[in-house]
Amino acid sequence: MNARLTLATDVLRNLGAVVLNTLERLGRAALFLVEMLSGVPVVLRRFILIAQQLYAVGVLTLLIILVSGMFVGMVLSLQGYNTLVKFGAEESLGLMVALSLVRELGPVVTALLFAGRAGSALTAEIGLMKATEQLAGMEMMAVNPITRVLVPRFLAGVVALPLLAALFSAVGVLGGHVVGVGMLDVDAGSFWSQMQTNVDFQTDILNGVIKSVVFGIVCSWIAVFEGYDAVPTSEGVARATNRTVVYSSLSVLALDFILTALTLGDI
Amino acid sequence: MSATASRDPDILVDIRDVHFSRGDRSILKGINVPIRRGSVTAIMGGSGCGKTTLLNLIGGRIKPNRGQVLVDGQSVPDLDTDALYELRKRMAMLFQSGALFTDLSVFENVAFPIREHTKLPESILRTVVLMKLETVGLRGARELMPSELSGGMARRVALARAIVLEPTLIMYDEPFTGLDPISKGVIAKLIRSLNENLGITSIVVSHDVAETCQISDYAYLMGDGRIIGEGTPAEVQQSKSEFVRQFMDGLPDGPVPYQHPSSPYVDDLTGRSP
Repeated sequence: MNARLTLATDVLRNLGAVVLNTLERLGRAALFLVEMLSGVPVVLRRFILIAQQLYAVGVLTLLIILVSGMFVGMVLSLQGYNTLVKFGAEESLGLMVALSLVRELGPVVTALLFAGRAGSALTAEIGLMKATEQLAGMEMMAVNPITRVLVPRFLAGVVALPLLAALFSAVGVLGGHVVGVGMLDVDAGSFWSQMQTNVDFQTDILNGVIKSVVFGIVCSWIAVFEGYDAVPTSEGVARATNRTVVYSSLSVLALDFILTALTLGDI
Repeated sequence: MSATASRDPDILVDIRDVHFSRGDRSILKGINVPIRRGSVTAIMGGSGCGKTTLLNLIGGRIKPNRGQVLVDGQSVPDLDTDALYELRKRMAMLFQSGALFTDLSVFENVAFPIREHTKLPESILRTVVLMKLETVGLRGARELMPSELSGGMARRVALARAIVLEPTLIMYDEPFTGLDPISKGVIAKLIRSLNENLGITSIVVSHDVAETCQISDYAYLMGDGRIIGEGTPAEVQQSKSEFVRQFMDGLPDGPVPYQHPSSPYVDDLTGRSP
């Protein structure tokens, strides 16, 4: 009986510790975001800092985004055709591919790839700068590492992700066209015209853009915070990088559901 | 800043009765370290005795639990961020690792503080950076990246970067650790000559007794979070104190025990200790 009681209190205590720890980290992350946002005006005046990071975060992520977008579009087209053709609706293939990409897959898959490619790199870079005392050195040179190092990377991520998502969708539509029109003999005219008439700017494209902006903020925030908050050892940086990918992916998928529910308004 | 009234103008950094602990572990237990303007002051002690903590207190990176840290009459723990950053422009810290920015070349590393804090035209900036690199003998290495430098060179570049804004105070954190004898000699000579030529007040935190004594005007010995001895290097070397003797002569056992606190050895091996 006594042993059972101890077990129960142990479980309860550990649960409590986990909850408190999580809340504390969330609070730290929120304060960190506020601190970063207050540094944004200063950094905007030094655009070159953001431009350098846009290259590292955006341009270097371009290849993986374009290749993935192409394949996702091709698969969508192939799968979509096989379903649509049963109802004699294969003319709507272009529409289906475009809507899936612009509303869902473009923002979501781009954010997931971004977290894996750019987010993890950001966390590792910042974590190692911390471990090698570069951030401390900067502080001692009277330079605030948050505005000099972290804010430019954060802003670059926020700007880059929506642009990458747009490119992902565009290349995906082309991939869908290659498979649908080129291989499955769907009529090119109806492929494009259905897309043109039925993809709405506000409900489809704008909502996709909103999603990718939100994902950009969340992914960059998590990546930069995890790097800055990392335990300054090899193991600490490895764990932080790991957390960036896991937390970013989960946040993106959960937020995607919430944002979709909000914009469709059916729930 | 009430305690600034009775200040000796000759004292640049004044640490008074400072206590500092991390969690339950007490690191500094009430130490007093006045540092004279224009001198090279050594702070020596074993690893983990709180020397680096002391530098972090002076630099305002951490706050003491009790006591005062005064730099040039200003109470460092009470400064707001802007005032602290203003003060830091006049002090420099040389980290053990050098802390060079790995994505910038040697030249850009040294130019970094100038670019951040001034709007000097490129031609003057170039002159200043090359002069500082010449001081540390690395003008020819300006194009190299930090990963291409040896440990001693990296520390010299970091030193050039530290003096580029002509600070009044430089703090050296273990400047000799991990260097070969030649590099050690070079760094020691640089610390001394910077002090003499530019009048920079220097604090050298180190456990290298020989090099540190050679270049310093005054030395403090730390052990277990307290000051256990002080004086000119000659005085410290002559000291009869057991603590000081153990450290200066490098004896493995003495007042600082060889063993980490533990239960009796036999009990531990036979599994009788809890």
